[in-house]
Parts: sequence; C-alpha cells; structure tokens
Amino acid sequence: MKEDKKKAHAPRWADLNLSNEKLIRMYKDMLMIRRFEERSAQEYGKGKIGGFCHLYIGQEATGVGAIAALREHDDFIYTAYRDHGLALARGMSAKGCMAELFGKVTGVSKGIGGSMHFYDVEKGFMGGWGIVGGHPPLAAGTAFATKYQGRDSVTICFMGEASTNQGVFHETLNMAQLWKLPVIFICENNGYGMGTAISRAMAGEHLFEKAAGYEMARGAVNGMDVIEMYREMTIAIERARKENLPTFLEARTYRFRGHSMSDPGQYRTKEEIEEYKKRDPIETFAKELIAAGIVTEADIEAFDEAIKNEVEEAVQFADASPQPPLEMLHENVYA
Amino acid sequence: MAVLQIREAINQAIAEEMERDPGVFIMGEEVAQYNGAYKVTQGLWKRFGDKRVIDTPITEAGFAGIGIGAAMTGIGVRPIVEMMTWNFAILAFDQIMNHAAKARYMSAGQFRMPIVFRGPNGPAHMLGAQHSQALESMVAHVPGLIVMTPSTPYDAKGMLKAAIRDDNPVIFMESELMYGIKGEVPEEEYLIPIGKGDIKREGTDVTIIAWTKMVAVALKAAEELEKEGISAEVIDPRTLRPLDEELILGSVRKTNRCVIVEDSWPYASVGTEIAHRIHTKAFDDLDAPVEKINSADVPMPYAENLEHEAMPSPAKVVAAVKKVLYR
Repeated sequence: MKEDKKKAHAPRWADLNLSNEKLIRMYKDMLMIRRFEERSAQEYGKGKIGGFCHLYIGQEATGVGAIAALREHDDFIYTAYRDHGLALARGMSAKGCMAELFGKVTGVSKGIGGSMHFYDVEKGFMGGWGIVGGHPPLAAGTAFATKYQGRDSVTICFMGEASTNQGVFHETLNMAQLWKLPVIFICENNGYGMGTAISRAMAGEHLFEKAAGYEMARGAVNGMDVIEMYREMTIAIERARKENLPTFLEARTYRFRGHSMSDPGQYRTKEEIEEYKKRDPIETFAKELIAAGIVTEADIEAFDEAIKNEVEEAVQFADASPQPPLEMLHENVYA
Repeated sequence: MAVLQIREAINQAIAEEMERDPGVFIMGEEVAQYNGAYKVTQGLWKRFGDKRVIDTPITEAGFAGIGIGAAMTGIGVRPIVEMMTWNFAILAFDQIMNHAAKARYMSAGQFRMPIVFRGPNGPAHMLGAQHSQALESMVAHVPGLIVMTPSTPYDAKGMLKAAIRDDNPVIFMESELMYGIKGEVPEEEYLIPIGKGDIKREGTDVTIIAWTKMVAVALKAAEELEKEGISAEVIDPRTLRPLDEELILGSVRKTNRCVIVEDSWPYASVGTEIAHRIHTKAFDDLDAPVEKINSADVPMPYAENLEHEAMPSPAKVVAAVKKVLYR
C-alpha cells in the first residue's frame, strides 16, 4: 500500500535522469521564449522590427524538450525560419537575438541575417533557413560529415509539417536512411502551412508515416509536453549516436499566434485556438513542477519577473545598438 | 611532359587532392562503381573505396544539399559533388543559390563553404533541348558563387585543384565534347589561381574572348583570319566569377576591337556583362562596338542541321571580327 502510494506520487519523469536544476532550466527556457516572442510582437508593432517575423509562441515545449536532450557543444541544430525560440533554447543570448531582429550589428548574425537567419556556429546552431523544405539535406550533410570524421555528434533538424510535401524532404529521408546518418528530423506539426490546414495540403492522415516508405524509425509525440519531447528525443539521440540511425519524429503542436506578424488568422476559429491554449505547455509544466514540490508559486513568479527584466534589457540593448556599418555590405560574400 | 585527355587531367586533380587531404571526397550519380558517366572518376572507387567515392541516388537537390551541409559543418570535410550534367543540376539550384551561396553572408561570416560542384555544361551533339544547355550565366549571376570553365587539360587540372582547396562554393563547368581533348600536363604539382585568365593566342588586331568549348572555335577562327592578314588575340578568362578584368581590358586596349564568343544564349549572358565592362571601362580605346556571338535564342533542336545552325562556329566568329574591323 505504502509502495503504491509512493509510485503514484513519483513524477512521470522519474525514469529520465532529469535533475531538478535541469527541469527548472527547461521551464525557464520555455518562459524566456514566450516572453521574448511577446515582446518581439510589440516591437514589431512599433516598427522596430522589419520584414517577416514568425513567432514560436505555443510551440515552446517542442524546441526546449528536444534541445535539452542534446549535448551542449558538439551536437548540431538546423531549423527553418521560425527560429528565435530554438536559438534561445540553445542558449543564445536574448540580447543577441533581439538585436538581430532590430537589424543591429550586435545581433547574432550582425544584423545581416534577420529574423529567419539566426546562426551561432560555436553552439552548433546552424540556422535559420527561409526556404520551406530547403534545409533538411543540409542537416543530413552535417550528420554525414560528423560520421565521415568518426565523431559521435548528432544533428537535429526542425521543420514545419508543410515542408514534408517538398520533394527534397523525401530525397533527404531516403539518403539519411540509406547511408545511416545520425540525424533526427523533428517535424513540428502545428496544423497549418501558413494559412492552409494540413488536411487541405496533405494526402493521408498520419504524417509520421511518410517516413515509413524509407523504413525509418518514426513516431508521433505530444509536442505540447516538454517531458514527452525530451523522452522521445533521448531515445532517438541514443539511436543516432550509438547506431548511426536516423529518426523521424512528428511533434504535434500548435502556434497560438499567426503564421507571421502579418497574418490576420481567418483560416482557423477562436474556439480552436482557445482549446489549445488550455494545453499551454508552460502553464501545464509550471503546475506539474509545483505539484512535484520542485518549485513554489512564488518561484514561478520570480522566474517570470527575472525573465521579463532580461527581455526588457535585451530590447534596450537592441534599441541602443548601432546598425551595421555600410562597409559590411560587401563583407563575407566570399571567404 | 605527359599528354592527357581533359577527363584524365580532372581525374588526376581529384585523386591528388584526395591523396593530399583525407577530408576530400566525391559524390554523385555513377561516380563510383560505374566509374563515372563520362569516365572522369575512372578508378577512384577502387583506389579510395566506398567511404570517399560515393554513388548517390538520382536526386540532385538532395545530394547537393548533403554536400553543402557537410562542407559548412567546419570539421575539415571538402566535398566534390559531380553533376552528371549541368542540365540536371538545375534541380539543385535551390540548394546552390539559396543555401551554398548565402550561408556565409547571412551568418556574417560564420561559415566557410569548401565545396566544388562539377560536371559537363553546354550542348554536346544531338541531345535535344533538355540536355543541351550552357548555364554559366545563370550561376555567374549569383554573388557568393565562383564559376570556373576550363578549356585545356592543363587548365582543368590546375584550376580544379585550386577549386578544391578554396573555402567558397565553386561551380566547375566542363564539356562533354571536350573530355577526350588532349594536351600537355606537367608531372609536378601546380595550381591555377581562381580569377586568373590566360592568353590562348597573341594577336594585335582584335580580341576574341571565349571559354570552355568556345576557345577552340575562337582559335579556329583566328587561324582563318590569319590567312587574311588579320591578327586575332584569343583571351580565355577561365574563371567567369570573379572575372580577370585586367587581362581583358589590357588586351582590348591593345587591339581596340573585341568579339565575345559563348555557348550560352545571348540574353543577359556573361558575355553581356563583359561587353558592358569593356564599353564602360575601355570606351576611349574602342574603335567599334563589342560584338557577341552566342547560341541561337531558342531551346536546342535535335535535327543535326538546325543544331549546327544554332551554335557558334568559326565562320560566324570570322564574320563578327570583320564587322568590328569594318571589313
């Protein structure tokens, strides 16, 4: 009886070897993304941020859960253009990220890349790519290179579900499995390719089964749940690192905001959005951490306060930073 | 000095660089067990094995992208990606233009891109419209890419070795019809720097600018012109981006007249750019507007007579030279 009770109260991550420190870090990373993106939206509205701006709000658990399972220095991350949140999850500074959005020389790509093109080679953050479905072969290429050089690095590749309709996505899965490359494709299925619901764009219901044609390890995971993301990723990473085998993981998630800042959002209902907000990955995780006695409500408030301050500092830093000097126009075209 | 075919010179360049640097590998369709669609990679698979001579599926965008990702990882990997022909590489242009050419710039210099995309370019003989395209102007248009176009075995070897060692994406365009052309190649190692052109024949009355297969057409025209007492200088830029502008302008300043010969279509071509630079930078030295000879502005027909009619020929070059000489 006593034992049963103990079991019932054991947190569901008990088998994952996650320290309290790590769990709190994951929570804070998600919250940082949320607050950073909310602030990005405000600054976009003020005209401080130009061009396109694709927010990660709602999808935080997918990115944080996946990246938390990687090694910090010698694993690699590729993503498409919805990249701010993933950069933050990889430990890139809020200041550098915000300054990039502002088009300032202190940005992570010195203001040359912009919202869709964040890079940090030192952290293995390989971008930041703007052509839907264009970057998966690059990720396979990095996996190819690390295997070629006898390293045990793993490369992960985030992509939207719409990219799986592109030809080069299939070319990449074919070669990744054929050549046994240590790459994990994380398909962030938020249900919409821009304004087109997946049911209007994809034949077949089970997205992850697209990988079946290549006999690749595959599955779906609740991308609104940072622990489940972490759990599935540890399995996939082990497979990649130990056996040089790829995995295709469909992370079912949802973006609470539009495709980009210019999206009026007329293709989905308020009810649908509200329904998903009940599953807010940050709120639900906060409740769990409190229930498990790892943090208190006061802690959660304090985290929020600190993160809001950090984001505010990032905005001030970005605003005060200089634009790139004119001579940078012609720099770095060639090595 | 050894006499080699261009395919053998390219083969030597690849083999020597693979020998020198274990990070160099080659991938592409039929490059390994088949020994290359045009036998350029003959013997490499036997010598270097599966790991470094890699047969790919027929999936140009995919393996181009894998090469790009491998190159930009920055751990000493230098891919050579063979395109069976540049016609097929059009499928990979998203990878080349949107990814290879831009990674360094977009990241403010965080990436190097040591990769060579190579293969035959331009019409061969009676292959029809989809297999007979000279596409150097399309790639030369793109900042971030280097474009090299060899015309002799000597050039091909020295240029390719330089391309493989370079940290930028290099588009290396050969020619199906030229693989069997022979020429002297020294035994000792040499490199031909990127961006360095060559005078293929010295002359005083007119400058003819040509690259790859068109160099032979220009030289043939020069022979014909000599019989009529006209001394033509033939300039081969060898690299189309960046262009050896000094060599070209120097020759034009000497001869005061220029004809450009190219395999590609006339509209917005590399020749158009060269003519513009000559017109703006050597205007006072010109005695006539620069002339261009191109392939006809049509998809390539199959019929032998029409194909012949479409392509530049020594006779067309001779006529253009006479035009700039007002003869």
